[in-house]
Amino acid sequence: MSSIPSSVVDADSECLIGGASEAFLRRRAFWNRVAAWLLFAAAAASVLVTIGIVYVLIRDSIPFFEQVPLSEFLTDTQWTPVFKNAHFGVMTLVSATLTVAGIALAVAIPAGLGLAIFLSEYANPKLREAVKPFLELLEGVPTVVYGFFALLFLTPMLQTVIPGLSGFNLLAPGLVMGIMILPYTASVSEDAMRSVPMGLREAGYALGFSRFRVAAQVVIPAALSGITAAFILGMSRAVGETMVVAIAAGQNPNFGFNPLEGAATITAYIVQMAMGDLPHGSIAYQSVFAAGLVLFLITLLFNLIGFYLRRRFREVY
Amino acid sequence: MQNPTKTRVKLLMNEMTSSQHTSGAMRQQQDVQPEPTSAPVLRAEARNLDFWYGATHILKSVSMAVVDCKVTAIIGPSGCGKSTLLRCFNRMHDLYPGNRYSGEIQLYPEDRNLIEMDPGMVRLRIGMVFQKPNPFSKSIFENVAAGLRVRGVADKRILYERVEQALSGAALWDEVKDRLHDSAYGLSGGQQQRLCIARALAPQPDILLLDEPTSALDPIATAKIEDLLTVLRNTVTVIIVTHNMQQAARISDFTAYMHLGKLVEYGVTEKVFTTPQSPMTNDYITGRFG
Repeated sequence: MSSIPSSVVDADSECLIGGASEAFLRRRAFWNRVAAWLLFAAAAASVLVTIGIVYVLIRDSIPFFEQVPLSEFLTDTQWTPVFKNAHFGVMTLVSATLTVAGIALAVAIPAGLGLAIFLSEYANPKLREAVKPFLELLEGVPTVVYGFFALLFLTPMLQTVIPGLSGFNLLAPGLVMGIMILPYTASVSEDAMRSVPMGLREAGYALGFSRFRVAAQVVIPAALSGITAAFILGMSRAVGETMVVAIAAGQNPNFGFNPLEGAATITAYIVQMAMGDLPHGSIAYQSVFAAGLVLFLITLLFNLIGFYLRRRFREVY
Repeated sequence: MQNPTKTRVKLLMNEMTSSQHTSGAMRQQQDVQPEPTSAPVLRAEARNLDFWYGATHILKSVSMAVVDCKVTAIIGPSGCGKSTLLRCFNRMHDLYPGNRYSGEIQLYPEDRNLIEMDPGMVRLRIGMVFQKPNPFSKSIFENVAAGLRVRGVADKRILYERVEQALSGAALWDEVKDRLHDSAYGLSGGQQQRLCIARALAPQPDILLLDEPTSALDPIATAKIEDLLTVLRNTVTVIIVTHNMQQAARISDFTAYMHLGKLVEYGVTEKVFTTPQSPMTNDYITGRFG
């Protein structure tokens, strides 16, 4: 710095030209640390919130399980927390939840996979760009609208075909939920399929494969991890979805997998209880937390399956 | 008027037979009559082939004969169109928009122009191995069986037989016979490339196209592939594109030199490398250019 006259650069100013001053380096290190801490805080916040939610779920479930043995909770086939003779068979809610999610997947897997194959392997870029906004629109429909659609449009329509269908049933919300998660599963699967390198497709074509065979035998196996992840996450969403089932599936806790009858799912039960005036600390109040914990565990299980499958079918190319 | 392409092919054949004569004559100098040698059988032949991608004119009136059960190497500097020419033989360009062919590539013995055939049909007859190993996300067995299955082979026993045959043919059988049902991605790069060769060989293609098959491999893996190609020599018709001139000299029977989309020189490998007719070829093979 000595070569620069002090009239041009005063002692406190810093510049990088010709070597940085001590003060500059210190300040830079300080702000680097601040940035690192802020980013760490952002990352930590999400982890802490998750841990906090799990903590509350478990803490408030403990008094419930002190009164209801786990064996009864898992094997009883009645769920009547507010009755005088209360039963707490959570499988009642789980069966309805899985039935709806199963129907949703039965719609979303074939339709989503078909749509993804079409967009990724058949459609030209123009058509693809024209279809995608519609998918996004479908994704943007509020779930309450889907719920009313299931209750007031789809159920009456299905009743003309299936006479035994109740006004509240699991079939209509399941089908609607399938349509609801379709855009998500389709677009995630399509991304996975499009990221399969062209060289792999060329290998298929070079063997004399047709376009469909390339899609089915080359692209899907290579994109399987992404496709599985898409459907597992779709399943998670279907299990956790509340509005559609609360509106269209009814609130009767019925054990069984009959899609023609109405039944309360875990989420529908929680909504029902949360809207009623339950005395704080009552067993029915605590059952909400136990149900929430079960819901959390089911979702966690699906995510773990998704994680395992993703690792097992990891794309290597 | 005589077809210039025909002349070219005849010249090529003469060259080939005469080169065999020379070696024969060396051995038996007293013979008055040279040994009768069978004329080479053609598998395919490009005639005045032009190719465009969009507005880009890539191949310019290329004529080249492919001799049955011989290795034909295509060499030339980057961007000369050698890969483009190779990919015309199995109509790979048809996968992308903007391709346009003119001229013909005759397939023998039935003498049909493959440019006018259905690309899928062409690819059922002409196999290909790519620059980068590209096995499918399946087991080793299923990779090799894929080409058989698409041709309607469903019998387990026949599949196993042919897969073993192909893997042995690609000098990979001993290395993978105990893990046929493991993922192909567990193999090394060189093994993957040999797997791709086995996959292409399994359906017994009329012609095997190799597009710089060793450019992504290390020298040891490259040597193994070259050994393999030497073994395949005289049993499979091979067209290989390579940027490696020594490789072309080592493994090919015929060599084509391409420059700026034109076939500058084509003949018996030995001759192309020792006494090139064109100064351009000479410059390239002596390393003065390219």
